Amino acid sequence: MQVELTHFLVVSTLLFSMGVFAIVTRKNAILVLMGIELMLNAANINFVAFSKFGGFGLSGQVIALFVIILAAAEAAIALAIVLNIYKTFSNVNVDEINNLKE
Amino acid sequence: MLTEFGKIFIFILLAVVFVPLIVYVAKFIRPARPTKEKLKIYECGENPEGSPWIKFNIRFYVIALIFLIFDVEVVLLFPWALTYQDFGFYGFMVGIIFLLILGLGMAYEWRKGDLEWERPKPIPPILDDEPPAENEELKEESLTI
Amino acid sequence: MSLYDIIFYLFALLVLVSAFITVTSKNIVHSAFSLMFTLFGVAGIYVLLGADFLGVVQLLVYVGGILILMIFGVMMTNEITNVDIKTGTTQVVPAIIGVGLFAGALTSMMLRTGWNSQPSENMDTTTYAIGKLLLTEYVLIFELLGMLLLVALIGAASVARKEKE
Repeated sequence: MQVELTHFLVVSTLLFSMGVFAIVTRKNAILVLMGIELMLNAANINFVAFSKFGGFGLSGQVIALFVIILAAAEAAIALAIVLNIYKTFSNVNVDEINNLKE
Repeated sequence: MLTEFGKIFIFILLAVVFVPLIVYVAKFIRPARPTKEKLKIYECGENPEGSPWIKFNIRFYVIALIFLIFDVEVVLLFPWALTYQDFGFYGFMVGIIFLLILGLGMAYEWRKGDLEWERPKPIPPILDDEPPAENEELKEESLTI
Repeated sequence: MSLYDIIFYLFALLVLVSAFITVTSKNIVHSAFSLMFTLFGVAGIYVLLGADFLGVVQLLVYVGGILILMIFGVMMTNEITNVDIKTGTTQVVPAIIGVGLFAGALTSMMLRTGWNSQPSENMDTTTYAIGKLLLTEYVLIFELLGMLLLVALIGAASVARKEKE
């Protein structure tokens, strides 16, 4: 079967669903962040696939580049916040952290 | 038909195959004369004791963070460096402004002292089968550096 | 089935299997390790789509940067004596049902839509063209990304820094 747009879209859909699954089920905040990274990667595959098959030129790739850079900034700040949460609560389980102030 | 990335792909495949192969072959041809010291887990300059899951100093995180941000900056400069000459002074200034903005961050980190490294007091390793010292006093002295 | 297709299925399999291990593994370090393979496979898919620069950026930023940061986060948020760093899960069954429905609906939508596909030829190198776009159409975003990185650097460093006694 010739590989074309649909194949890339299906791969990105499944990747996105797994990211959602990680965010919904995992307790550890770092694993939730990993789920977010999976979802961002899935969206990026879509951008690049439409950049090749959609006839829009290279704009899709440039947007995907911006998404990667945003993901880097997001990961840096989110992990800093997770480290601070660990300092305060001594764990990073998102379902146990339910106080605004201790 | 083999593109440049096809060559890289073959290279990666070779690397993946090569490492286990070499480790496996080396098992047959190397001499095996283990001693107590040799069988210890290798760790440079530290006592190989306790759990490896120790909590790291948060300074490592700050350094990794600075690395990541400037890594991303360098990535963005690659396409700029290829094309800025076509745009003359305008293209040059775009990159310079970008670099100045991030230089500000560098200056902030420098001023706040995140780039400096407080060295902990070194603890000399204590080996199990150390040759016995002549007297207790000398041994005490050699351990406190 | 050409060589291109075989390599695509290889990378797709790598991405999906390692992503599955990432989201289901009990050990968080195994999750981080298989996330590396996912990101690597996504870089391979970028290259197959003719985005060579993006593939390299993916390796540099994701595998070389974000993943290291994640592993540092894992190392710093686990107890000293806690050797087996297992993590719990909640609401697995409703999540499987919900995510399964979501994935099924989205996949069938992707398969049924008649995409107006106009594949463009892969360029030899896209870096030059991307640089041209960055300096013309997206020049404001280029500078704003500089600001964003500055804000991220200062914000994250001041949140993470150890307070002086």
